[in-house]
Amino acid sequence: MGRFHHLKWPLVALGLLLLYNLIFKPSFFVVEMTADGYLYGSLIDILNHSSKVVILATGMTLVIATGGVDISVGSVMAIAGAAAASVIVMPRDVFAFAGGGANAMAFALAVLLALALATCCGVWNGFLTAGCGIQPMVATLVLMVAGRGIAQLITDGTIITFDDPYLNFIGNGHFLTLPFTTWIAATLFITVVLLTRKTALGLFVESVGNNEKASRYAGIEARGVKWLVYAVSGFCAGVAGLMVSSNIKCADANHAGLYLELDAILATVIGGTSMAGGRFYLSGSLVGAVLIQTVATMMYANDVNPAIVAVPKAVIVIVVCLLQSETFRSKLSLAFSRKAKGGVA
Amino acid sequence: MEILRTTGIEKQFRGVKALKGVDFSVDTGEVHALMGENGAGKSTLIKIITGVYEPTAGRVQLNGTECRFRSPLDAERAGISTVYQEVNLLPDLSVAENICIGREPRNRLGLIDRKAMRERARKALARLDIDIDVSESLSSYSIAVQQLVAIARALDVDCKLLILDEPTSSLDENEVNELFTVMRKLRDEGMAIIFITHFLDQVYAVSDRITILRDGQKVGTYKTAELSRVEMVAKMLGKSLAENGPQVVAKHDAAENGEIVLDVTDLGRRGMVHPVSFQVRKGEQVGFAGLLGAGRSEVAQLLFGVESRDSGRLSMHGKPLSSMFWSPRKAVKAKIALIAEDRKVTGIIPDLTVRENIMLALQASKGIWNTLSPKEQQDLTDKYIQLLGIKTPDGEQQVKNLSGGNQQKVLIARWLATQPDLMILDEPTRGIDVGAKAEIEALTKDLCEKGMAVIFISSELEEVVRDCGRVVVLRDRRKIGELSGEQVSLPNIMKMIAE
Repeated sequence: MGRFHHLKWPLVALGLLLLYNLIFKPSFFVVEMTADGYLYGSLIDILNHSSKVVILATGMTLVIATGGVDISVGSVMAIAGAAAASVIVMPRDVFAFAGGGANAMAFALAVLLALALATCCGVWNGFLTAGCGIQPMVATLVLMVAGRGIAQLITDGTIITFDDPYLNFIGNGHFLTLPFTTWIAATLFITVVLLTRKTALGLFVESVGNNEKASRYAGIEARGVKWLVYAVSGFCAGVAGLMVSSNIKCADANHAGLYLELDAILATVIGGTSMAGGRFYLSGSLVGAVLIQTVATMMYANDVNPAIVAVPKAVIVIVVCLLQSETFRSKLSLAFSRKAKGGVA
Repeated sequence: MEILRTTGIEKQFRGVKALKGVDFSVDTGEVHALMGENGAGKSTLIKIITGVYEPTAGRVQLNGTECRFRSPLDAERAGISTVYQEVNLLPDLSVAENICIGREPRNRLGLIDRKAMRERARKALARLDIDIDVSESLSSYSIAVQQLVAIARALDVDCKLLILDEPTSSLDENEVNELFTVMRKLRDEGMAIIFITHFLDQVYAVSDRITILRDGQKVGTYKTAELSRVEMVAKMLGKSLAENGPQVVAKHDAAENGEIVLDVTDLGRRGMVHPVSFQVRKGEQVGFAGLLGAGRSEVAQLLFGVESRDSGRLSMHGKPLSSMFWSPRKAVKAKIALIAEDRKVTGIIPDLTVRENIMLALQASKGIWNTLSPKEQQDLTDKYIQLLGIKTPDGEQQVKNLSGGNQQKVLIARWLATQPDLMILDEPTRGIDVGAKAEIEALTKDLCEKGMAVIFISSELEEVVRDCGRVVVLRDRRKIGELSGEQVSLPNIMKMIAE
């Protein structure tokens, strides 16, 4: 499969899941058009709900490729949501300077502030890891824990609810029959792919992740590269945070994005990027994120008790990770070949 | 009287033989210097004697009885004490506590008897003619005193064999002399002392016998008085003095009038290398010679900005290079290239392809946005694979699959691609086969002829003599001289190192 060998096993897993549905629950594939021109159905659900993990995994992949990890993204999502919500609920006379466009101005400021704050969080992570040489897991743990506190500070400890047509659109709107979230995720994903593969950034990230010291000797600003990927990861978390709070039309500092960092790491690893750093596969992470969401949506479609959804999910994740592992595969094929030989004898 | 004897000691680390059958013995009442370049096996031997490592083969005998120590504590109980380069005591505890820790005198209630402890510490120090307040914390004294406290601690356990592993590297001259007085006193009392240092002067100042190791093997044991310095250096390097080496190609004359490419004045960094000055001209190959650990690679690292310098000026083509934020990236932009010593750690990016490895430095100097097009990358790769004869199926092969010599060629290609004016090669021929060595030597020669300035660092003195018109000699992290033209010869270099 050459360039796409890393996609093989996640795609096989995804194919098997869909095959199961094709046989036992064909309604899974039904996509219908609503009266107002939106598509809906399980597949569209997957597209819609996987978009936040796709976005997080995009940033996470770059961070992991440099040999780091960012476990603060869930909390950064909460910060971004809180910031956007608290701006959007301000009385409109604050934005009177924009004249008739006060609503649009409030929306623009809310989005900008949320993204700027999230990016700052990423820069802070970069400062601790690349600048101060703290272990990435520990450095981002700081913000993972403190981030929800910061979000609480922004919302003043309350859950801010809002109903703003512009902001609601991000998480609930549709565009060209598809959920708007899908469009955001696709745009961001493609931008990052182009940014890494059409410039030298991808090469530098892989080089730093594979051998940081040698990269420095080759004239690469290894610290700068690391700093940058944490900032990108923060930005991605900001976008995902906006999506989530817009979707539920409120900013919940305690629960927004909870445990999503784990899904993002999972998607990255399923996609074939090694936690040790080096080569990274954004397309793999994309498939990984969709796979995770497919599992979840399938559970709901098959009326699995939500309380135990985590268990089958874990099983599928383990299977994919094992299949990705060369050691495991060689052991497996060894076992099979022994069996085959035994049969002949 | 012999106190310690090792017979046929071998030690293997993951397939690498660090020691190959070392027979070594120490007598009571002598200071026995253990000499050798870095990596010759001194530390491994010491660690086997003190029970840190277990030997793969061979025996250790103490006072004629065979012993196998499981830990340094085991060895200490048997009377072997070690004082390391870095003082490994507890700086916040008092001097007395440091001396007695682990074997504190106890009173009838089983509690620590502090008075007795201080008394014991004072006695131990008095043996070294030191009189200090033992209830002060250790960190309030100088490193030299701390070093002596470490020795006092070693003496407090009934010690018969004292091992001093580079004890002098952080001491000044007076402190060294103080230490030597103590060593002589102990020797006269009948103690056996193994002394490891890389300062040749000190070996001659204090030792009675010298054992030289090279590449994990014992070269020999000699009486200090009967071994001249030049002979010792020759033995450490594994060269014979009579050997004249191939005659110098008088490349120097040609380069004499060349334009000065690199001008280095007082380049240094405290604790790393003393200020050095030298120049490199266009088309000239300057060699750096000296024992391993003499500071050759360190100069290269300061030059290239891997470590920041705290003194000195650099200029390329007469243009000064600012020391502010001097980094490899700036050095690359100033047309300097460094092929660093440890290929695996500082050179190749193992999982990336040959193509990516070759384009890396050039791309780094161009920055993130100014990307080399796929065609440019391909042309660059093909060009250097052909030019240097890199043996690989194609440019898309992961570089870790190549042999050592070919990896080294990939690195050279990486730096040639940046079209540098000055190329620093640090041990470019280490760990590669003879054929590749010759090719790399021929290549650097060719580069010089085309007008590149080259700094060539190598432990293989023959290579230096063969290829370089001028040689900068370093010792103990200092430049001690320069040889050029006719003077460049093996004996001359060794004499200079030994002086």
